[in-house]
Amino acid sequence: MSAPLLDVENLSIALSQGGKSYKAVEDVSFSIAPGETLGLVGESGCGKSITALAVMGLLRRPLGLGGGRITLDGSDIHNLPPAKLRQLRGKRIAMIFQEPMTALNPLSTVGRQIAEMFVLHTGASWSEATDRAVDALRQVQVPSPERRVKDFPHQLSGGMRQRVMIAIALACSPDLLIADEPTTALDVTVQAEIVDLMQELCAAKGTAILMISHDLGLVANMCRRVAVMYAGRIVEQQAAAEIFERPQHPYTIGLIASLPRLGARVVHGRQRLQEISGVVPAITAFPAGCRFRPRCQRATDICQSNDPSPTPLPESGLVRCHHHG
Amino acid sequence: MLAVLLRRLLNIIPTVGAVILLIFVLFSVIPGSFTSTGAEDGRMLDPQVIERMRKEMGLDDPLLERFGRYVGHTLVGDLGKSFRTREPVTKLIGDRLWPSFKLAMAAMGFAVLVGVPLGFIAALRPGGAIDSVSMIVAVSGLSLAQFWLGLMMMYLFGLLLGWLPSFGYGDGGPRYLILPGLALGFGPMALLARTTRAAVLDVLNADFVRTARSKGMAETRVVTWHVMRNALVLVITTIGLQFGSLMGTAVVVEKLFSWPGLGSLLVDSVFQRDIPAVQGCILVIVLFFLAINTLVDLAYAAIDPRIRYA
Amino acid sequence: MKFRANLYIGGAFFATSVIVAVLAPLIATHDPVFDANLMNAEIPPGWEYPFGTDAQGRDIYSRVVHGARISLTVGLVAQCINSIIGVSLGLTAGYWGGWWDDVVSGLTNLMLAIPSLIFALAIMAILGPGLVSLLIALGLTSWSYSCRLARAQVLSLKSQGYIQAAKILGYSDLRIMFTQLLPNILGPLIVIATLGAGGSILAEAALSFLGLGIRPPYPSWGSMLSDAREQITTAPWLSIFPGLAIFITVLGLNLLGDGLRDILDPQSRERTS
Repeated sequence: MSAPLLDVENLSIALSQGGKSYKAVEDVSFSIAPGETLGLVGESGCGKSITALAVMGLLRRPLGLGGGRITLDGSDIHNLPPAKLRQLRGKRIAMIFQEPMTALNPLSTVGRQIAEMFVLHTGASWSEATDRAVDALRQVQVPSPERRVKDFPHQLSGGMRQRVMIAIALACSPDLLIADEPTTALDVTVQAEIVDLMQELCAAKGTAILMISHDLGLVANMCRRVAVMYAGRIVEQQAAAEIFERPQHPYTIGLIASLPRLGARVVHGRQRLQEISGVVPAITAFPAGCRFRPRCQRATDICQSNDPSPTPLPESGLVRCHHHG
Repeated sequence: MLAVLLRRLLNIIPTVGAVILLIFVLFSVIPGSFTSTGAEDGRMLDPQVIERMRKEMGLDDPLLERFGRYVGHTLVGDLGKSFRTREPVTKLIGDRLWPSFKLAMAAMGFAVLVGVPLGFIAALRPGGAIDSVSMIVAVSGLSLAQFWLGLMMMYLFGLLLGWLPSFGYGDGGPRYLILPGLALGFGPMALLARTTRAAVLDVLNADFVRTARSKGMAETRVVTWHVMRNALVLVITTIGLQFGSLMGTAVVVEKLFSWPGLGSLLVDSVFQRDIPAVQGCILVIVLFFLAINTLVDLAYAAIDPRIRYA
Repeated sequence: MKFRANLYIGGAFFATSVIVAVLAPLIATHDPVFDANLMNAEIPPGWEYPFGTDAQGRDIYSRVVHGARISLTVGLVAQCINSIIGVSLGLTAGYWGGWWDDVVSGLTNLMLAIPSLIFALAIMAILGPGLVSLLIALGLTSWSYSCRLARAQVLSLKSQGYIQAAKILGYSDLRIMFTQLLPNILGPLIVIATLGAGGSILAEAALSFLGLGIRPPYPSWGSMLSDAREQITTAPWLSIFPGLAIFITVLGLNLLGDGLRDILDPQSRERTS
């Protein structure tokens, strides 16, 4: 096994609110090998987005790093001075966000926003950078890139804007691309195109992907390994194939069961879609013991008194449950 | 851009028309605006004199004819003759335009040069010392009567300390402009500080700023290139709107400092029931305000491509 | 800004003004208009006359205190007029639409093109001096803000289910407007009214200062400042107190309005971090 590209160990993120400090994310560990795709799945509010921001070093008040280590290619980036950390952004780790409309500066042409990457990281002149921006647009399959380069974000459709975001992110061929729900705000038909585009380009450049989504089906198709997050913790991590065939954690089981299945009615007859009852707990009010207990069908006394620690699974998987399996 | 300008101008024409109509209606039609109450000091004018004046000014003609005459004259720049001095109103106004313009520019200049940076710095460190202090200054500036501030400054700097002239236009030099300019500009300065702060805070939290940071851009560049330009849009709109209230307050400040501008002319004319002068002043002031608004719209379109390529 | 500080401090300042106004005859030491003894003219602030006396020998403290009655009453009544006109026009324009909406929108645009103090001046010029003309002039200057608010809200709420339901049930238009739509805009409306009241008080002060509003010998804070200007070389203390009273009152209203906005109208709230 080659050395991991990104290694996150026992990461915690603290939230200060009303004078008190809460752990929004606790004891999160995962690693990504070069060129690998890892999926990070969970409901809204489980902490997956802020984990991504922590890796980028983009946490702002009232959030802050609370402990743990983040290493990139073996070197610690967690404690780097801000200037050094900044140099990594865009060049070695890049990120794309959920809302392409608001993620682009409305007052700048898309060409300029892409070219900015080249000027910032490769010292190119603006005219060189603009030429390379046209190339970048071509790579993300935007038609007539020479004309599109002069367009403003509001003149493009949602799918086009996300392609521009991808062009920006992959402009300097980073080692890792973090994609935070990149398709959630797009039409279903466009979603598939964007996912394919991401996979193609990243495979060509050897870029690893950290794919964050609430859509388990999407992630399972795209990623080699999947980590499931709940209430600030990773509750299960396995290879994608395994996680569907043999989910270990009740939450994962619930998520998979709630996916609508083609042909299910033929096999099982008419049924209501399954759901996991209850809601994600607020950061300020995590339950004692196992955080999933209030919504879990397998909960017993030990789940209330003891917060489960990770149980290793084959192929560097893990699960946090007293009653896994 | 040209399209924006033309569109804006077309929009203004009905407003200008409505203003002219309003001025005409208010002053020529509503009873009590002239002659029926006589002069300000209570002396009733001789009925024969009144009769002659009415004939002279065609007050007994049908309304539509009077309106047509009024519009016709206004369009060629004839704003009538002052009741008081018998001079053409245009000349009266013309003499006062430059001092008023100077004062307005000085006040707005102060407001922008102090208010905008203040709001900007306050937003970059919200909750900090500068933020609290500047916001207290801002809300105070919006709560005081600007002519009161002017009055106290007049006493302190003009009479007590003798550093600055306490009233008048003098030789037109900048020393005379300082106190009135400060007094007039204080309110707009306060509002601009608040608006700039709000706009910058909004932008600082915007998604595209996060994107810029994720690209590895230095924070100073993020702030100057991305944040400032985007916040500027709201700030420019506020500057334009502030001109309106500025012109209103200018009336009082000009009177306070005996500044020979349009505002003091307006007040004096109101006291003397010099209707043509009053009408003329209001028309010119409103036209100026509309012109400023148009300029603001153009600036807006120049900065924000969403307006240019709607 | 710190939460709730605005509300409490503003409320305290404004309440002080109101209490002073209400209790004026009790807490004043002299009659503000008639107790004028030229022998006592232009005495600086001291024990007997805490704010000094003016050129007519009247006690400034008593005049400021009584001035609260005048200035507050005019300001608040004027704001009420503005709000009533604005809300009525806005509600009806949004609800009925059509030519009436065009008329109201045109009027609103017209009002926005004329600086409010200038408009008030013009009205005073036509109607002549006096309390009634002052109230009319001030009451007609800032209705456009509440009008725009009311109209916008009505337009967005008009298609809501419960409005349609009310119509089907046979509620009259007026009843719908006042019982269904109006409560929804009450929050932002109160904010606008509070901030607008401060503006009306400042406007009254300006007009009275110019001599077009409340005229001597009645002690409006604005007209007192006009006297102060005349006596600035001989009795400079006259300038301080009426203006200070205006400042405290309007500051109270502004802070109160900001505080209320945080509670009642969170969408227009300024970010704090």
